[in-house]
Amino acid sequence: MPRRIFITGLGIISSIGYNLQETFESLMLGRSGIGEITYLPTALRGELPAGEVKATHQQLFSLAGIPEQEGYSRNTLLGIIAANEAFNHARMSYNSSIKTGLISATTVGGMDKCELFYEDFLTNDNHNIYIAAYECADSTEKIADHLNLSEYITTISTACSSSANAILLGARLIRNGLLDRVLAGGCEALTKFHINGFSSLKILDKELCKPFDEKRNGINLGEGGAFIVLESEDSLKVTNNPVICELIGWGNACEAFHQTASSPDGIGAFLSMEKALTMSGLRKNQIDYINAHGTGTDNNDLSEGKALERLFGKELPRFSSTKPFTGHTTSAAGSTEAIISILSLIHQVIWPNLNFRSPIPELGFSPVSSLLRNIPVTTVMSNSFGFGGNDTSLIFTKV
Amino acid sequence: MAFINGIGLISPQNTLDPDSFLQNIVEQTADYLKCVDPLYKSFLDPLLARRMSRLIKMGIVSAKVSLSDAGCSMPDAIITGTGLGSVEDTEKILGEITKDERFLNPTPFIQSTYNTISSQIAINFKCHGYNSTYVHRSFSFESGIQDALLQLKEGFSKNVLVGGIDEMTLNHLQITRRLGLWKMNPVHNLSLLKTKTPGALAGEGSGFFLVSSLKGNRCYAILSGALTIYRPKTIDDLDDKTSAFLSIYGLQKNDVDIIISGISGDSNWDSLYHDYTSKVFPGKPVSWFKHLSGEYYTATAFALWMAANMIKRQVYPEIVRYNDLYPSRIKNILIYNHFKGINHSFILVRH
Repeated sequence: MPRRIFITGLGIISSIGYNLQETFESLMLGRSGIGEITYLPTALRGELPAGEVKATHQQLFSLAGIPEQEGYSRNTLLGIIAANEAFNHARMSYNSSIKTGLISATTVGGMDKCELFYEDFLTNDNHNIYIAAYECADSTEKIADHLNLSEYITTISTACSSSANAILLGARLIRNGLLDRVLAGGCEALTKFHINGFSSLKILDKELCKPFDEKRNGINLGEGGAFIVLESEDSLKVTNNPVICELIGWGNACEAFHQTASSPDGIGAFLSMEKALTMSGLRKNQIDYINAHGTGTDNNDLSEGKALERLFGKELPRFSSTKPFTGHTTSAAGSTEAIISILSLIHQVIWPNLNFRSPIPELGFSPVSSLLRNIPVTTVMSNSFGFGGNDTSLIFTKV
Repeated sequence: MAFINGIGLISPQNTLDPDSFLQNIVEQTADYLKCVDPLYKSFLDPLLARRMSRLIKMGIVSAKVSLSDAGCSMPDAIITGTGLGSVEDTEKILGEITKDERFLNPTPFIQSTYNTISSQIAINFKCHGYNSTYVHRSFSFESGIQDALLQLKEGFSKNVLVGGIDEMTLNHLQITRRLGLWKMNPVHNLSLLKTKTPGALAGEGSGFFLVSSLKGNRCYAILSGALTIYRPKTIDDLDDKTSAFLSIYGLQKNDVDIIISGISGDSNWDSLYHDYTSKVFPGKPVSWFKHLSGEYYTATAFALWMAANMIKRQVYPEIVRYNDLYPSRIKNILIYNHFKGINHSFILVRH
């Protein structure tokens, strides 16, 4: 029998809250974190809205509970804050009988510091401490050292599905008996590097993003960190942790179509959802809610919509994109939205797709656009798709 | 475990031809060891190739060679390990945005994400299967191997393409020299051990391996497993973990015939390799490779190519012997590597 995967800890920081409770409150109140850029020193301030974590570098140190010091990127601090919350939530501590791993995910790593000090890197020794921040592993190792995790660590980067793949790998390592407990997720700080990169592709909306709307016009970028704790049954016997939910299905597929565009029929999205559904052993009508990738670009939402239509047909579950709340947190989006999906299970609510007005004509169906309360939510699916067609779907269910 | 059925390796040596093994050694005195570039247009559509960065070309070509070597037309999964990803494209963007934002050329951004290699290979083969990328310093390739073996064990895949790829640029070399990682002056690669100075000789490479649940006609060796160890406390700790790792495959330390060690000529860190091999594997043949490949985060892909060929051909070339011991048989090879004493890894390859 393959081992089951239970979720016992959640930790999250994003533009809508410094922790799980604040995130939940913002979602309930329909409070978006997207607004004018105030923390990132970019020339695009005032031109593009974004979902920034409402904290300076100094404030992030204080939220992380560590003394202010050199060598920490914004990305690392966001990761530590979220990982710390999940770690404490699941009352993690070293136990030689529970083999524990840390799997993190990021795409541009500590680029916020690299772009700030790049001239120095080229000409002098003033900021050598940040050179290693270029590497994705830097934030993972700082999280590992902070939480004293060393038995298994690695870092995944599959663009905007990175942290969903971190959760997927954690689940596979537990299922196959290689680990008993995994802290998995990811972090990404807003940087000039990727805001200008996305801007060069002309896929950032100058207004608030409107996923799945006829008049959608692109992405609002965000930032954050989100980690979840996965445990095997054997681990639960030792920790006695209350189970939040179970991860029962996952699927990873590749579009193999284009480096930045989604295929017109959404083949990657279709395959990742289908794989996850098959693995869960559930029927289509047993999925109560889908937290869609729904970036707000012309291309993604149509492609994802086509895939939803093809897989679910007339049995399309309620779905929404919560990116109008948090902004697109890129590498952190997979674990951020996994947690938002799990909050839907815990509180029996379905989150609204903010800013939605009229459906995409080619699809003819609409996301949930206002908060639904007291709805039976037993099983949820979370979609995360990335540049390069790296598509991943996760299915969580109440136990 | 998996059968290594095909290999494609682009490296600072002439390694891309599967029919030759460590002939015509490339000797050079250089700041870093640059790959011998194949004639890309003979492997790739020239129109497409013109827009690709060098790293992506290296990745796709080595992937194609490994598949054709194995006689496989389509892998079921593609997994890449890369410590640094697309350094050249990232530098282009950093160079631009630190001067002026906004007018960025989109192509380097598109190519700069770490998963570009895996996804470009998928696009090349139209492979919709599992696809992932590991980016954890010198664990990158080993994490990829662990994932590949898990894919085969799960039964979702029969043929998995797994690779380790990193590039070096003069710019990145100069930046990371500030961290004391590299030799400060050009070095003659075959005289690397004579330098006795701090820093390694940097290198680069792209090695892709088609690993399968069934043995192919041109099978090289068996890839048993990989292990990563983060911040081990002592050599004794490494010793215990080596024994535990080998025991998974029913082996004891004495069953290991050759240790391929990551000795890099760095006077700060080579002593750790010596301490390890003399404590854990006294009297065993020790091999090395970084005078041929240079040091980079996924250099163990070069070592895996070497181990697979040594087993298949039953040869132990003089150029890769570190001590003067010769094995009585070539059956079990253990690759041991570390980065700055922090990230340690093992790969076990068997006949």
